[in-house]
Amino acid sequence: MGKRKTISYSKFGYIFSIPFVVAFCVFTLYPVLYTILIGFTDLKGVNTKEIHILSDNLFKNYKEVLATKTFKLAFGNTWKIWIMNFIPQMALALLLTAWFTDTRSKIKCQGFFKVSFYMPNIITAATVGIMFNTFFQYPVGPVNDILKTLGFINEPVNWLIKKATAQNIVAFIQFWQWFGYSMVTLISGVIGIDPAIFEAAEMDGANRVQTFFYVTIPCIRQILLFSLVTSLIGGLNMFDIPQVFLEGGPDNATTTTSVFIYQLAFKGKYIYCKASAASMMMFIIIVIFSCILFYILRDKDEQKAKKLRKQAIKEAKLKAKGVA
Amino acid sequence: MSDNTKTAPKISPLKKRKNPIYMAVIYIVCIFLAILCLFPFYLLLINATRSTTQIQQHAVSLIPSHFIKSNWNVFNGKEFKPIVGFKNSLIVSTCSTALAVYFSALTAYALTAYEWKLRDPFFGFIMGVMMIPGQLSSIGFYQMCYKLGLTNNLLMLIIPSIAAPMMVFFYRQYLQASLSLEIVESARIDGAGEFYTFNKIVLPIMKPAMATQAIFSFVGSWNNLFMPSILLTKKELKTMPLMVALLRGDIYRTEFGAIYLGLFLTVLPLIIVYLLLARYIVAGVALGAVKG
Repeated sequence: MGKRKTISYSKFGYIFSIPFVVAFCVFTLYPVLYTILIGFTDLKGVNTKEIHILSDNLFKNYKEVLATKTFKLAFGNTWKIWIMNFIPQMALALLLTAWFTDTRSKIKCQGFFKVSFYMPNIITAATVGIMFNTFFQYPVGPVNDILKTLGFINEPVNWLIKKATAQNIVAFIQFWQWFGYSMVTLISGVIGIDPAIFEAAEMDGANRVQTFFYVTIPCIRQILLFSLVTSLIGGLNMFDIPQVFLEGGPDNATTTTSVFIYQLAFKGKYIYCKASAASMMMFIIIVIFSCILFYILRDKDEQKAKKLRKQAIKEAKLKAKGVA
Repeated sequence: MSDNTKTAPKISPLKKRKNPIYMAVIYIVCIFLAILCLFPFYLLLINATRSTTQIQQHAVSLIPSHFIKSNWNVFNGKEFKPIVGFKNSLIVSTCSTALAVYFSALTAYALTAYEWKLRDPFFGFIMGVMMIPGQLSSIGFYQMCYKLGLTNNLLMLIIPSIAAPMMVFFYRQYLQASLSLEIVESARIDGAGEFYTFNKIVLPIMKPAMATQAIFSFVGSWNNLFMPSILLTKKELKTMPLMVALLRGDIYRTEFGAIYLGLFLTVLPLIIVYLLLARYIVAGVALGAVKG
């Protein structure tokens, strides 16, 4: 009886998934396959009617992209900028989490601080990029103005033409936009920990630092790992800020791989084939990291239940055999 | 501490002790960070009201001036049209959020309420593609739209949001916790169709989850720069982020007052929405992370 019911309704599972599947196939799967295909052709320019598959040298585009100096530079920049923003961002987020969740020193106005720290995250990245570009103007931008008034510098600095400072500023903007987000996620993780664990630590005489490093951090390991992987995937796709801030300049110092791909395909020369090859290489890297994320997020309880069920079936079979 | 079993419910002496220097450091750092986060927006507001000459003399000021009208006049006849951008962004964000929320809920319902053969592989698939960003398929997507003559069409920014794997994932988590299949069962006994049950019974149950996800979807769509910048070239279709990007152009290089005003206008709607919904947004971020 029960079995028949599930069979008769199961078709709705398929029916209700149709819109998602269709939209996914048309707007994600097909474009991905198409991009892969373009990576193996010579598609260039705006009004190209014929495209040829590079049958004699299939991976020509890939080889050429890998040999391009700008691509290597862009790949290096992407990692550099991500690391420069992620480490201080996580360090600060952890510090704030430790402070905000410490039951021994209740901080007032927590709501206000959380709302303020999260605010930059919600503002359009394009706006933020232009805003910082304006703030760092030479000779009279707000940053020069403030630093001069405070006596840190005597002469205004032209921040935006120096490679190192431009990179640092992009990393800083990313840090500024994301530390609040990281903090909120980490705090939510800490709140989820059973308070009895903290009480036990306190009774054993652990001080604040010990509690944080030996109790809190091990308990939020999952969330830390989750933040790491999502931030990495986001960081590898960093586009908005470097693109609007200085359009990848000066001298390609803030060109990330996404900016590189965008400029190759949609600005100036329209070299779609190479840009496709470049995005496919990034795609593979991101798929690898997605797999890691998938592994972190897998439902452990369900997995366990499945294993147990399988084992039970096996045992039952063995028993049946034994009897037979 | 031998008798701590008796005094445990009371506040232990450790809890009471607060080191004033330690507390002062905490507050100083927090206030500094709050200023770091909020001051840029205040500066936008103030400088939007000041003339370019004033800004060039002193870029930072705490007192507003009265040049907002003349700054606004700079935009006359130029490409930066905040109202057009606002309208386009509103259309795109509202429609794509509505589609994403509804169809993701439907898909999540299919994944929770029914037993079907491909259910677990399908869910695994959704989780696998969850983090893959649209940017990576952009060239194929652009070529497809180009061949079909659908570039410069806002629909191409709206319809793809029907498939939002991330949202399906969150809704499924939510439904597994809050939907009891008995309700669905009893609706069936009362003769309700499956689709009717979803619309009239399941959707209302999902309202809280839908609200938080809708906010994030809306903001994400509003802030999206990459897709619009490859698809839209027509002036009258530009969304807000594309409009903002114009402010970097040479026409405005010397008009700092106008740049600040333009930036402020693009930030304003987001700040208003954020301040109204801040509590839900911050809670929503936390909610999304807990499952991790």
